[in-house]
Amino acid sequence: MTGEATASGRSEHFSERQIELNGWPVRLTSYRVGEKYVCQADNISPGACLARFSAATAEEAEAQAISKARHLLGKTKRHDV
Amino acid sequence: MSQYAHPEVLVDTEWLVNHLNDKAVRIVEVDVDTGAYDLGHIPGAIAWAWTTQLCDTVQRDILPKEQLEALLSKSGVTRDTTIVLYGDSNNWFAAWAFWQLKIYGHKDVRLLNGGRKKWLAEGRELTDQMPSYQPTNYKAEEPDLSLRAFLPQVLEAVKKGQTALVDVRSPQEFTGEILAPPGLPETCQRGGHIPGARSVPWGKACNDDGTFKSFDELKALYGAEGINGHGPVISYCRIGERSSHTWFVLKYLLGLQNVTNYDGSWTEWGNLVGVPVERGAAKAVSA
Repeated sequence: MTGEATASGRSEHFSERQIELNGWPVRLTSYRVGEKYVCQADNISPGACLARFSAATAEEAEAQAISKARHLLGKTKRHDV
Repeated sequence: MSQYAHPEVLVDTEWLVNHLNDKAVRIVEVDVDTGAYDLGHIPGAIAWAWTTQLCDTVQRDILPKEQLEALLSKSGVTRDTTIVLYGDSNNWFAAWAFWQLKIYGHKDVRLLNGGRKKWLAEGRELTDQMPSYQPTNYKAEEPDLSLRAFLPQVLEAVKKGQTALVDVRSPQEFTGEILAPPGLPETCQRGGHIPGARSVPWGKACNDDGTFKSFDELKALYGAEGINGHGPVISYCRIGERSSHTWFVLKYLLGLQNVTNYDGSWTEWGNLVGVPVERGAAKAVSA
């Protein structure tokens, strides 16, 4: 959770999309507030925030969120049931 | 929202817009991601951090009464204040705060239906201004433990089989395939679920926009798992917060009378020596 930005105004360009990282479904939520773009990566079930970054561009924020989420998800062990 | 058993515990975004300057209302953001508030929040909202302000930070427990009183006093809340909670991830931790406020007897607590997500998606106003409010001298009631399940009650429930246990974690946590939500540290020694528990992941209670599903949809969702209000219900998850969301749905939206949240949850049960554990998918609901 780095690259904190503070701003006043309205949220803009809110969007969500689903991708897969290391075999896990991940939801990317992006929006702009003030001059900063924010991207958050959640594990869809349960929906916990894995990574959130803000940056000057949407692409940069998303790339950083994906990178950290991929790193964390790579540590998840699957056990035999 | 009118079909819900207690529609008064929900407000929509339009209602909140019209009450942003209402002195009788205190807006509180409670997020999974405790830094989200700093990115911009609803004007006038304060933030409570679940990791430090909504739990006992020494022993594992909910917020002690004195600390809750201090938090509410600092937040400028009186016994008559309407507290509107909202947060990220479909109000996941906002529901955790709701549950604790009800344990300590605060009368008027509500959730913003759709939470932070809906507010953002609708392009509504955000601010980075941190409000301050005149402190109060809040006095809470003694904890209402009828809203909370402890280990002995869960053991008894398993033994007698007359209480519905609702596991609200992800299907992979339920089966034992993973020991924690994907990407998070493992916090238990064994995977699986409490014997007899039904699997109803908490997020199924919400629509894509973060709002709660309709009364009929919720009734069908839980009814299909045999949870229909004909007996006591205990919800649990990993640390008790996802299950407080389900507790809210069952008690306030569906109106079930006897619902408790087992906040010890899997981080307690999955670390105990000698308690029974089931693995794999749930068995079919008996007719």
